[in-house]
Amino acid sequence: MAADIKPRIRVPQTAKKDEIIEIKTLISHPMESGQRKDSQGKIIPRKIINKMTVAFNGKPVFEAKLEPSISANPYLSFFLKCSASGNLDFTWTDDDGSVYKATQAITVA
Amino acid sequence: MPRLRSPLLTAAAALAVLGSLAACDGDKSKSAAMADSGDPLAQYRANPKYKAFMAGEKMSGYVFASPETQAMQDDDFENPGMLAVQDGEEEWSKVEGAAGKSCASCHQDAAKSMKGVAVSYPKFEPKRGKLANIEHRINLCRTEHMKAPELKWESKPLLGLTAYVEHQSRGLPISVKVDGPAAPFFEEGKKFYYTRRGQMDIACAQCHEQNPGMNIGVENLSQGQSNGYPTYRLKWQSFGSLHRRFEGCNQEVRAEPYPRGSDEYTNLELYVAWRGNGLKSEAPSVRR
Repeated sequence: MAADIKPRIRVPQTAKKDEIIEIKTLISHPMESGQRKDSQGKIIPRKIINKMTVAFNGKPVFEAKLEPSISANPYLSFFLKCSASGNLDFTWTDDDGSVYKATQAITVA
Repeated sequence: MPRLRSPLLTAAAALAVLGSLAACDGDKSKSAAMADSGDPLAQYRANPKYKAFMAGEKMSGYVFASPETQAMQDDDFENPGMLAVQDGEEEWSKVEGAAGKSCASCHQDAAKSMKGVAVSYPKFEPKRGKLANIEHRINLCRTEHMKAPELKWESKPLLGLTAYVEHQSRGLPISVKVDGPAAPFFEEGKKFYYTRRGQMDIACAQCHEQNPGMNIGVENLSQGQSNGYPTYRLKWQSFGSLHRRFEGCNQEVRAEPYPRGSDEYTNLELYVAWRGNGLKSEAPSVRR
């Protein structure tokens, strides 16, 4: 299952100092709510991304707690003001304990 | 008494549907547009934004979608259908089967070899003796040339490959041929389109030909064009084929659906594609 889960990020590679940039993220994930039943009437166990965090040079800049009502393939975007070059680290945490990661460098000119 | 009950119920259900078809919703702009011309499609025709999504009187499902759904489709990053295209891109060069080949072994770069291919499907396939759509064609390639087993309908790899192939034709006008050997299948598809079916006793044409732009319950009826398929459907929370959509329509009129990939649906697919000839392919689209 984990092989099907792929994070995608879109971050401008370069930015001007103190420019406000938009960061877009999407992760392919079924977001199984735990409320549905299969054809045998058994409950399909919950499996969602429950947390997403973003850190810039190790310092947290964005955090989201996700709930079961959120659609499959959750898309999140936010704005960030960059004053120095550095790395953005994205982390998604799954109900089953898996952690999916992505990293992108930004050069501030 | 039990004999009387079911026809009564059917009549009541049909009345309920007709009632909602005729009802005008509370949307003021829509009501105003209708008051001017009495035509619920006038508001779409007047909007210059939709020009690229129309061909004469034909309108893509995009036109009938909400602005939020349209925005999702407009941005390739936000469009979850692109995930399926990505899957397909990986499948494209995956070697499978006894012949030790992948799609790329014969067709090389899909961006060149598959450009404009999907818009001409479904078409008559001599090896099948009947129509083939993209899914059938992929499976035919697998069994004939790759010596690999067929992919299951609606499975992730088949949806991915279909999406990938269809995506190469995005922006090109749909142009299916309905003469020659395809003609009898086209006629079958047309018959399907105009045949009333199910407990509701409703044909495709009653919603999508006679009432596009009207509301059915809370839903906005489209012209039922297929140029965006395969599509990421928000209701499904996943990517799906046109035949899965046909199945949904059949269930909504309380009819027994045909299997996905069946001749009935493939003939219908050709007829529906022909109705949209000239509309630009949007694969992968986002629909509600």
